[in-house]
Amino acid sequence: MTPLLEARQLTYAYPRGPVAIRGVGFTVEPASMTAIIGANGSGKSTLVRMLAGLLQPAAGQVLLSGIALDRWEPRARARQIAYMPQVTTTAFPFRVADIVLSGRAPFVARFHFDSRHDRDRAMEALQSTGAAHLADRNFAALSGGERQMVILARALAQEPRLLLLDEPSASLDLKHRAELMRTLARLREQRGLSVVMITHDLQLTGSLFDRILALRCGEIAAQGAPDEVLRSELLADIYGEPNVRARRMGNQTLVWIDA
Amino acid sequence: MTTRGRLVRTLAILTLVLCAAVAVALVTGRQHIDYGNLLSDPFAATLFFRLRLPRVLMGMLIGASLSLSGAALQALFRNPLAEPYTLGVSGGGALGASIAIALGWSARLLGVPLVFLASFAGAMASVLLVKTIAQSGAIVLPGTLLLSGVVVNLVATAAVVAIQYVADPASALRILRWIIGSLDVVGLEPIRHMFFLLAPAWLALLALSRQLHLLAIDEDTAATLGVNVARCEAAVHVLCSFIVGVTVATGGAIGFVGLVVPHLVRLMFGEDLRIVLPGSLLLGAAFLVLADALARTVLPTSELPVGAVTGLLGGPVFLWLLRRKQQYSMM
Repeated sequence: MTPLLEARQLTYAYPRGPVAIRGVGFTVEPASMTAIIGANGSGKSTLVRMLAGLLQPAAGQVLLSGIALDRWEPRARARQIAYMPQVTTTAFPFRVADIVLSGRAPFVARFHFDSRHDRDRAMEALQSTGAAHLADRNFAALSGGERQMVILARALAQEPRLLLLDEPSASLDLKHRAELMRTLARLREQRGLSVVMITHDLQLTGSLFDRILALRCGEIAAQGAPDEVLRSELLADIYGEPNVRARRMGNQTLVWIDA
Repeated sequence: MTTRGRLVRTLAILTLVLCAAVAVALVTGRQHIDYGNLLSDPFAATLFFRLRLPRVLMGMLIGASLSLSGAALQALFRNPLAEPYTLGVSGGGALGASIAIALGWSARLLGVPLVFLASFAGAMASVLLVKTIAQSGAIVLPGTLLLSGVVVNLVATAAVVAIQYVADPASALRILRWIIGSLDVVGLEPIRHMFFLLAPAWLALLALSRQLHLLAIDEDTAATLGVNVARCEAAVHVLCSFIVGVTVATGGAIGFVGLVVPHLVRLMFGEDLRIVLPGSLLLGAAFLVLADALARTVLPTSELPVGAVTGLLGGPVFLWLLRRKQQYSMM
């Protein structure tokens, strides 16, 4: 069976910079949840930006449903993959509702305007992230966590098959972090959504993800099921922190620093 | 209200504003025109058809062009302070036109005057130079963008002044007019030429309004929502350079219209570029027509150049926007 997404031996180097990603390969199956972990600067965001089509790999390729990503028509690709960056800032005071509605752009025919159906989908997405009350607010005036919820709503309004998230929970409080994970689990169940998410929250990865991809210096240090990757010696090696400890407790993994 | 409904409402209101501005401009002037005897009085007819009406139409064309370009450039660079003047596009266009005039290029290429093409080339070179200077990797630095635009404008203006000094007196006078900007025109023929050059470029730019709306939010957003960012950027660069080049070659480097008008449209009708672009086209036409009516009548004995009026009105608005932007710490 063709995987939803396949990364084949991806390599990327920034102009006049060191190699950020070297020979990374993995697959994403439909209705799966994959976490990408690794120390700061290990190439996580660069990898996800390549999967989103925002960076062209220097070598290797990304296949979406078996077709090279750059051969997809951009709007058709946008109906398959949604991307949520780490931070979004706007230079103009856009209304939150307009930002979320922009997620429907790939569905609106050329020289047409968004329909009632598009507005309903956008509002549903905003409600699903618990941010409906922000609809008429100025996006630029929101807190970091509120912006994350709005951008997640825009990504959900795209109704994608694959959601790429770059540290979505970094600015979220406990309540909204829990809401985010419930929403992702529900969409996976109902729509068969696949998620690839960068996170530093290792507790989260242990309980909710099927698969973990650990990066170290732009290369895959380990990949597999959470209980295969979340091991003390492996995490110590990935993060360069000898005192990190991990212990499996039921279907949860406890990770802590042994000071 | 739906986006379509908001667009229709915006266009209806601004069309009325434009009609009112044109009516005011047509009855405003040093010479009184007897509209009751327009067809029977040769003096009134000449005054109206050869001078007043062409000037008002020229104001509409240039105001619409500069405002539309300003709105598009602000979205493209995601910078509320971007416009043809602050990005050096107008200065580059004026330099190109000045070189063509000083060299006596009066010929046409495929029906387009060489002065227009030289102005287009100057505008295009400026926007590429400014963008190259301001670009750091994949990011265009907003502060550097404006600073390099202002410097390119200053250098281009200095070069125009230098050319003016070495050119023959007739050419020097024509060049001087471009430095400030003026809507002087005789007869409707130049208007017809300009309209047929500008209208297709306007339509092409308006056709990109959805892509520009997504680009104005964020470049990554636009790319992941199906916009071919590189192609859209290239198209907007070429179209804005062409539009500004043609207007500068005709009316000179009229500043701040492209800055002020898109912000007025945003304040009144919201941030959606699918509304801001056509709205700026209509309001820009009305704004420059009224500014020119003011320029023609504000002094008791002579006329002010319209560029001076737009500068005096636009400068304070620019400073206010700058202050507002700093307060939001978004620069």
